[in-house]
Amino acid sequence: MTTDYTPQELMVAVASREIRDGDTVFVGMRLPVLAYAVAQSSHAPSARGLFEVGLMRSRPAEKFLGTMGDPPNVVGALWATRMSNAMALMAQGHVDLGFIGGAEVDRFGNLNTSYVGDPQKPKVKLPGSGGGADIAILSRRWVTLMSHERRRLVDRVSFVTSPGYGDGSPGWRRRNGLLGGGPSAIVTTLGVLRFPDDGGEAFLATVHPGHTVEDVLAETGWPLQVADHVSETSAPTDSELTAIRHFDPQGFWTRA
Amino acid sequence: MGEAIERYVPDGATVAMGTALEPLIPFAAGHEMIRQGRRDLELVGPISDSLFDQLIGAGCVRRVTAAWVGNVSEGLGHCYRRACEHGVPRSLEVNDHSNFSISLALWAAAWNVPSLPTRTLLGSDILRTNPGLAVAGDLVQVNAVQPDVAIVHVQRADQLGRAHAWGPLGISEEAGLAAERVIVSCEELVDASVTLSDPNRILFPETKVVAVVHELGGAHPSPVQGFFSRDHAFYRDYAERSRTAEGFESWLREWVLEVKDRASYLGRLDMESLRIKSHRPSAPADFGDD
Repeated sequence: MTTDYTPQELMVAVASREIRDGDTVFVGMRLPVLAYAVAQSSHAPSARGLFEVGLMRSRPAEKFLGTMGDPPNVVGALWATRMSNAMALMAQGHVDLGFIGGAEVDRFGNLNTSYVGDPQKPKVKLPGSGGGADIAILSRRWVTLMSHERRRLVDRVSFVTSPGYGDGSPGWRRRNGLLGGGPSAIVTTLGVLRFPDDGGEAFLATVHPGHTVEDVLAETGWPLQVADHVSETSAPTDSELTAIRHFDPQGFWTRA
Repeated sequence: MGEAIERYVPDGATVAMGTALEPLIPFAAGHEMIRQGRRDLELVGPISDSLFDQLIGAGCVRRVTAAWVGNVSEGLGHCYRRACEHGVPRSLEVNDHSNFSISLALWAAAWNVPSLPTRTLLGSDILRTNPGLAVAGDLVQVNAVQPDVAIVHVQRADQLGRAHAWGPLGISEEAGLAAERVIVSCEELVDASVTLSDPNRILFPETKVVAVVHELGGAHPSPVQGFFSRDHAFYRDYAERSRTAEGFESWLREWVLEVKDRASYLGRLDMESLRIKSHRPSAPADFGDD
């Protein structure tokens, strides 16, 4: 077992373990593209990848991807189509797991990728939803990946681009008509946060090797609940690292 | 290209671009709008991989109706930030969408209905900031968005406007059907016998298309299946230089304002290194009828 890996490589390995064999995964961009590649080439050989650009795949692209729309992602695709067809599958509940990038997440798993501060006069204008809100609302479960910093893990986001469990009250998603199940994990550079089975507030489930619970609490913008038996995140295995470095040979995503 | 933009994209127009998401982005058309000093445009699209950011930074844009504006491999759109946060070079109105809802807004216009219902966006604050979205019962009504013009880049087209595109299409079909008119730029200008040999692959009815521009490399730095790879380094350079308004101005002078046309733009690049060399033609479809 090597201890020589980057925080991004660990996040990719952890994210890949969220993918179950047979899942249809709404992949998104950046690290999740690698997570799908690692999962499909190891424990989830029959996981399918769905891309909002309008692609379905049964195996990762054989060459490096800077975006989901790069030509290697089309070679060997199961389906090249229009975006609304990919969204149709998700609206029917056929997407088991989605990945969403976020700039800010709060204690109830709501993501903000739109505005920091007043939308009329924002302190920071972020790029927006992309497909994030659609995934958050329609996929059966979803995972977000984020650098673990106090300014990113905030008590309540000021703008909910992609809803998690709303105000955290029981049944919030059902009451508001959201079809999908909501966030199942927040994978950060320091640990993994999970949610109770019926949703609500995030708790610390595992801490990455080399970090402590105290490190995590210090970098979290609310008094984070900690699981009774918080454990250490399993480090990336040699085969996970081999796969990550195969699909990101220059370290564009994982060694920047 | 100059003539097509001059005739069909007036100041104040609503323009759909980047409709295939990351591939096939009509950068050449956008750069021509900047050179001609277009003003008060409304840009419509799903994600925009840097092109909207450039038009915003050049002061061409009054309103953005889109799901995402930034740089897909690098992150934030710095000109978009400056416009929204500081009104530089001018203030910007934003109608936020998700990818799904902007597609539905265009389908609504394509089908000539005021709105379409969906289950997405429930629980999202996008409903608070975009007046074109409203909750009705347990559905969201997405109001139609009708572009004056949609601009697409495709692999090949004929002179009468039959455009063939392949690979993922994003929201290109609904954008073309919704728009009053369509401008096509293409890698290859082909004979009608080529396009009509495979009518399933034609993106829009020819009645929508008002101009076809043979613009080799017109999508650079975005990828074109079968022709060019994505120029990741170019996007990275743009992200770094556009961090400051001065840096963006100098980028804009170098790559747009002081460039006469697309051919001189391409002359500054090593397009050979981006050219796709391993070809994978599909099996022909037999359209025999007798």
